[in-house]
Amino acid sequence: MDLINAVIVLLNYTIIPALTYGSQLALGAIFVTLIYGILRFANFATGDMMSFGTMFAVLLTYYFQSIGISFGFLPTALLTIPFAIFMMILYMLLIDQTVFKYYRIKKSPPVQLAMVSVGVMFVTQAVIRIIIGPTDRRFLDGEKFILKATEFKEMTGLAEGLTIKSTQMITIVVTIIVVAIMFWFLNKTKTGTSMRAYSDNEDLALLSGIDPKKVVLITWIIAGILATIGGILYGLDKSYRPFVYFNNMLPIFAAAIVGGIGNPYGAFFGGYVIAFAEIFLTYAYKRFLVYILPESLEPNSLMQLLSTDYKFAISFSILVIVLIFRPSGIFEGKRI
Amino acid sequence: MRNYLNIIVAYSIMMLLIILVGIFQSWSIALTIFNYCMISAVMTLGANIQWGYAGLINFGIMGYTALGGLAVVLVSVAPVPEAWSVGGVNMMTCLGIIIIMIFSTRYILKNIQKSKKRNYLIAGIIIVGLILIKIIAGPAIEQIEAVDPAKTGFLGGLGLPVLFSWIVGGLFAAGLAFIVGKVALGLRADYLAIATLLIAEIVVSIIKHEDWLARGVKNVIGLKRPAPYEIDLQTSPWFINLVEKFHSAKLDIANSLSERQDILNQLVIDASSVYVKLCFAGMFLVVVIILLIITQKALYSPWGRMMRAIRDNEEAASAMGKNVVKQHLFIFILGSAIVGIAGAMMVTNDGLFTPGSYRPMRYTFVIWVMVIVGGTGNNFGAILGGFVVWFLWVEAAPIALFFINLFTAHLPETNEIKVHLINSAPYFRFLLVGIGLLLIMRFRPQGIIPEKIIKQ
Repeated sequence: MDLINAVIVLLNYTIIPALTYGSQLALGAIFVTLIYGILRFANFATGDMMSFGTMFAVLLTYYFQSIGISFGFLPTALLTIPFAIFMMILYMLLIDQTVFKYYRIKKSPPVQLAMVSVGVMFVTQAVIRIIIGPTDRRFLDGEKFILKATEFKEMTGLAEGLTIKSTQMITIVVTIIVVAIMFWFLNKTKTGTSMRAYSDNEDLALLSGIDPKKVVLITWIIAGILATIGGILYGLDKSYRPFVYFNNMLPIFAAAIVGGIGNPYGAFFGGYVIAFAEIFLTYAYKRFLVYILPESLEPNSLMQLLSTDYKFAISFSILVIVLIFRPSGIFEGKRI
Repeated sequence: MRNYLNIIVAYSIMMLLIILVGIFQSWSIALTIFNYCMISAVMTLGANIQWGYAGLINFGIMGYTALGGLAVVLVSVAPVPEAWSVGGVNMMTCLGIIIIMIFSTRYILKNIQKSKKRNYLIAGIIIVGLILIKIIAGPAIEQIEAVDPAKTGFLGGLGLPVLFSWIVGGLFAAGLAFIVGKVALGLRADYLAIATLLIAEIVVSIIKHEDWLARGVKNVIGLKRPAPYEIDLQTSPWFINLVEKFHSAKLDIANSLSERQDILNQLVIDASSVYVKLCFAGMFLVVVIILLIITQKALYSPWGRMMRAIRDNEEAASAMGKNVVKQHLFIFILGSAIVGIAGAMMVTNDGLFTPGSYRPMRYTFVIWVMVIVGGTGNNFGAILGGFVVWFLWVEAAPIALFFINLFTAHLPETNEIKVHLINSAPYFRFLLVGIGLLLIMRFRPQGIIPEKIIKQ
């Protein structure tokens, strides 16, 4: 019985939150890695682009609520995803045409493009703050919990309760669907294959008749979908605040590089590596140990390796360690 | 002279703008902007050494700035004896353990050949060391933080003069740069940018959350100043006499003696704040000029030519027998040290240390915009960039407000769009700086004052 209780404690406080957070990071990391693999620059506007897509979802959710449209027990924000993605892709293509295209045609060094993306970051932040303001917004409606701790205790008779928030379930399910479709697209369709070819060797791809304009267009469309969905899922689970989204750029970068930048599978995996490391290293194991250790050995401190203040610092330290020992990432980087 | 014409024109325009702020807003605001421009200029000089001279991209400016600020606290604040007596020994032991860890790791790296055994040994040393530190420091930290937490709760500093901390700030930053350089300088440019940014975040989060060191997010206020305090000035007779002489015309039109006294009091209060800021401006100006002379000399020395050669063609320079790795590390340390000095200057100017305010937006990306806009590789350009961008950053809100009012003048006061726009005026600074950066990158990638190479 104690063992089951211990497992439930771990599930409740570490594994489910880590899976959720990891999925949110993974979507962002695949976005970073696609841009890096095909357009060949580190996009510092990542967090703000995700924020931009989410902003439309928030505004549309408020609008739908005001005219009385809802999605039953699911959050209304899920209904707004297609519209938000559409606006996001329009914005990305506009930015690409007005800003990035010039440097791509000139074949500027990646550093210059990264610098330009810093400019895009500033502008995007300004636009977001002017439209929606910098305040914290919650836009989750519908059922909040799938499983409540008290219900679980009654059901099983265990001492520990298991809580599953609906946002956690939605995040994991939506991520699996989106990522599965994306990998299928990249591996099985002709367009996806041409994108991988373009990423591997640009000149060779051009020689074999791949249209670079089409590849770039498709890349931005996929990036828009990933960024918007990733942003909305994060916003539903926590809350929407532009500043937080900007900060999320850093663990997302860490995930992309840890997995091997340019490699979508690596990025997907990297998201979970970062999330699990952050949560496992900052969790206080006291309650878990109380269940599995004999009474004489019970710990009296919190048994926490690091305080939760260092959550971000952990993911960055992992990144630094990976960069020193295996700069190409856990999976071999730079391939799509 | 002709060569310098564009520099002189650009600087005159900048000075004119600041003087206009003085005339239309107030001299106190103008001097605040001027001081911050100068601090930004020092930061851009540091970043320009790394990026302009050597082509190294350092997005970790925030971390070095924060370390410079930490130096001010550690040097100038008076020590807290109670905290030292309850936890000083333990903390010093931990410092000793860290030093032993570093040296034993170095010894192993040098004397044992690359093998699995070596990796295990190093990992073992680090893990054992961390556990020891956790055991020894844990209770000590709790006790230190419990010493009068509202006012102190930290070890305090050395109680030395605050100007000394500017040098220490530079040294701290140089130390961090040495570690970062050893770890990350071999990476490709964009990886280096991300790695330095994240390492800076780690540094800031340590400063933020280790309360025993510098009170963390509880901030340290009332730091020492190298300039007189306003309160002291307002009561010292020589200063009041000076203000009286300066404004005799204004005072003479007063009708009665009491009215004259009121006007005089107001003038003295205004003048004391201006006087203090002038003192700071003078000190900062000295630092900027010294740094400018040194960096200019370095740029046109054989060493500067070598750095440019390394930047433009690493392989060729390496083939000529230049040690690229060593030079990169050296210049990375040099540039970061200058940024550290700027960080210390800024905290001295503010008189308070607020670790929570170190954010990448303000302390990394804005500084980079300054470097790019001003002109990479040109020290005069870097300083100008610091002035122009900081000026825009501060004055963007009033400018935006002016234009919003102009364009929405026909709308009624209660119009929703107008109210919303007026409320979001502060965010136009991001827009202005972002668009400025994009335009410069597109149409004048070499910056306002481009790099100039003197052929000899």
